[in-house]
Amino acid sequence: MSKPIVATTSLAGCFGCHMSILDIDDRILKLIELVEFNKSPVDDIKTFTKQCDIGIIEGGCCNSENVHVLKDFRKNCKILISLGECAIMGGLPALRNGIPVKECIEEAYLHGPTVDGVNTEKVLPNDDELPMILDRVYPCHEIVKIDYFLPGCPPRADLIWNAVAALVTGNEMELPYEVIKFD
Amino acid sequence: MKNTLIEIAARYGKDEARLMDILMDAQQALGYISKEAMEVIANELKISAADVEQTVSFYHFFARSPRGKYTIYLNNSVTSVMFGYQEIAEAFVKETGCQFGNTTSDGLIGLYHTACIGMSDQEPAAIINDKVFTRLTPSKVKEIVAGIKAGKKVEDLSVETGDGINAHPLVKSMVKNNIMRKGEVIFADYTLGTSLKKVAGMGTQDVINEVKNSNLRGRGGAGFPAGMKWEFCSKAEDTTRYVICNADEGEPGTFKDRVLLTEKAAQVFEGMAIGGYAVGAKLGILYLRAEYRYLKAYLESVLEEMRKNNLLGKGITGKAGFDFDIRIQFGAGAYVCGEESALIESAEGHRGEPRNRPPFPVTKGYLMKPTIVNNVETFCAVTRIIEKGSAWYTTLGTQSSAGTKVLSISGDCEKPGVYEIQWGMSIKEMLEMVGAKDTMAVQVAGPSGVCLNPAQFDRKIAFEDLPTGGSMIVIGKFRNLIRDVVLNFMEFFVEESCGSCVPCRSLNVVLKQRIEKIIAGNGTMEDLSELERLSKMLSMSTRCGLGQTSSNPILTTLQNFREQYEGLVRKDTDYISTFDMAASVKESCEYVDRKPNIH
Repeated sequence: MSKPIVATTSLAGCFGCHMSILDIDDRILKLIELVEFNKSPVDDIKTFTKQCDIGIIEGGCCNSENVHVLKDFRKNCKILISLGECAIMGGLPALRNGIPVKECIEEAYLHGPTVDGVNTEKVLPNDDELPMILDRVYPCHEIVKIDYFLPGCPPRADLIWNAVAALVTGNEMELPYEVIKFD
Repeated sequence: MKNTLIEIAARYGKDEARLMDILMDAQQALGYISKEAMEVIANELKISAADVEQTVSFYHFFARSPRGKYTIYLNNSVTSVMFGYQEIAEAFVKETGCQFGNTTSDGLIGLYHTACIGMSDQEPAAIINDKVFTRLTPSKVKEIVAGIKAGKKVEDLSVETGDGINAHPLVKSMVKNNIMRKGEVIFADYTLGTSLKKVAGMGTQDVINEVKNSNLRGRGGAGFPAGMKWEFCSKAEDTTRYVICNADEGEPGTFKDRVLLTEKAAQVFEGMAIGGYAVGAKLGILYLRAEYRYLKAYLESVLEEMRKNNLLGKGITGKAGFDFDIRIQFGAGAYVCGEESALIESAEGHRGEPRNRPPFPVTKGYLMKPTIVNNVETFCAVTRIIEKGSAWYTTLGTQSSAGTKVLSISGDCEKPGVYEIQWGMSIKEMLEMVGAKDTMAVQVAGPSGVCLNPAQFDRKIAFEDLPTGGSMIVIGKFRNLIRDVVLNFMEFFVEESCGSCVPCRSLNVVLKQRIEKIIAGNGTMEDLSELERLSKMLSMSTRCGLGQTSSNPILTTLQNFREQYEGLVRKDTDYISTFDMAASVKESCEYVDRKPNIH
């Protein structure tokens, strides 16, 4: 039997969840015995080259590109996992959700401490190549169906390992309370 | 402003425990409580401005900015919605030219929503500057707003008066009692003072024993044995003790305490004095919801009359050392204050957040002193139990539920109102009694209770089967149960959660959104199991009764009316997204001046 194929991505996240994936330490050797990676920052494959079994999503959706990537993952993966606070609830990026988009753009490009007085021509990025900003940050499950949720900021490496191992081996997942953390 | 506030603070002895009264008076004098006003009050009471602000911000009826010379609070509870809320709300918007949540630009009228105001048998109803307006129609609204614009005083906006004490010169309210059935205990004839004279000749333990033997259980809904509560309090170490009467009936659909305080106030106060005698308390507090402020002058006159007749004050009935007096403490619009420890917090001038229990109020209650907290109806019943004896009382009702119960019945029936029945009546008998036909459901004990389907109408109103504080809402077959009842209840709980426990603060919102999703036709079978799972999680993980029961509207309708939910959800898919790319990028694209590129 061929090895199950895993894809991962980071949408509106900080890559902290991916760092946590690497925190499985030497088990990473065992992991590559168990699975094959496809589209993922781990192996730098940029586009899906085949149908995958497990898609792991870090981060929520703050722009149109995030939505496209997420939908692409849904299309190409049998099982999708929301990994971490941002994918599950929007997380830190969702702090902007109470603030009008206009104000967010102004803060980012006109009034923020790093741009204040610099952007004298008041340029707002609007090239067609750029992703479009959404009205708020969406958790992944509001855009596509998500099969599993692994909480944490970031989720503990043991939680990620246990979940992936359980999915791949078909065994029941080990969930001692120490590995489930919500912050 | 400053001098007014200093004078108000002095009126209450600069006592920080009287902050609620000070704020209420400040608002009456100044129209609202500004940041500067809070600072002056804090300074006078020697507490921090943040302490004042956290109390002000907690209560619905405290305004931090002007809410108009005439402030209209229109009730949006379930019965109001059933009887024309929408039409009345539109009429108010049209006549005032003001949207809800705002004041008119000239500062004359403020228009706001409020939760159940205890008028479920005469909805739609609104409160304008403490005066209650019932059975509103668009033409009445027109008349009221025209009166306001013509500068009429609020008491002259309607000359209609209700029955009984509602027509009393100190009340002059259009509220109606609608007492449809008088029972043997509460609404029977009683000669004031009889029981107080009797207890004055009894030992305190004898009084407690009499209440214990009567099997009287708390009438607020929880049903804790009153005698046992009194005994615990009487044996508490601290000898400074208090009696509190819980008149914060906020459970939507309940209004019987309003009627008891209108028609049987002295009997309630006498019951409090009996409680004071039994547990050794000198002070009683009637914690009255702000919605009933129109009864203030009358209730104070009743207290004064009782003092004159030696039924309150020092040496009651001539017995040396039998000292007991009562003061009225007003709330300011918070459902959670009906929970006894939250009520105590509120009476002490704090945010109405429930305490961790134990310790229970009987050992550490008001000002951390032993306190009994009982419902209005409980005290009213005590007076009659002492008069007629516990043996008589236990002949009424059922074995586990002695005596009578006053029900507040509203909704789709011919004769809504207040009914005093013996415990043990079935729902079917109740529906016949009130003239209800084609009933789809009965909401027993308010939103936090249960929603019954017709197959369950043989169940009995009693602690051993259907316990209730008295709220009964009859829902006719032509209603939309999920949209008009369940969603309304969830909106209520979102609004009324004190926010202290995270599961209550957030899951009520999540549950409400799920219901909205289902109503919009975007629900799946998975949403139904999620509703169940989240509801159970919420009920297990909160401190007080609000969060423990706030998912009951969902859980009990999922159980008893599952077919209605299944009729709304889609079965051909297990997932529906309502995400709309074009709508979500519209604003940002417009602002940066680019054409949305949707594909």
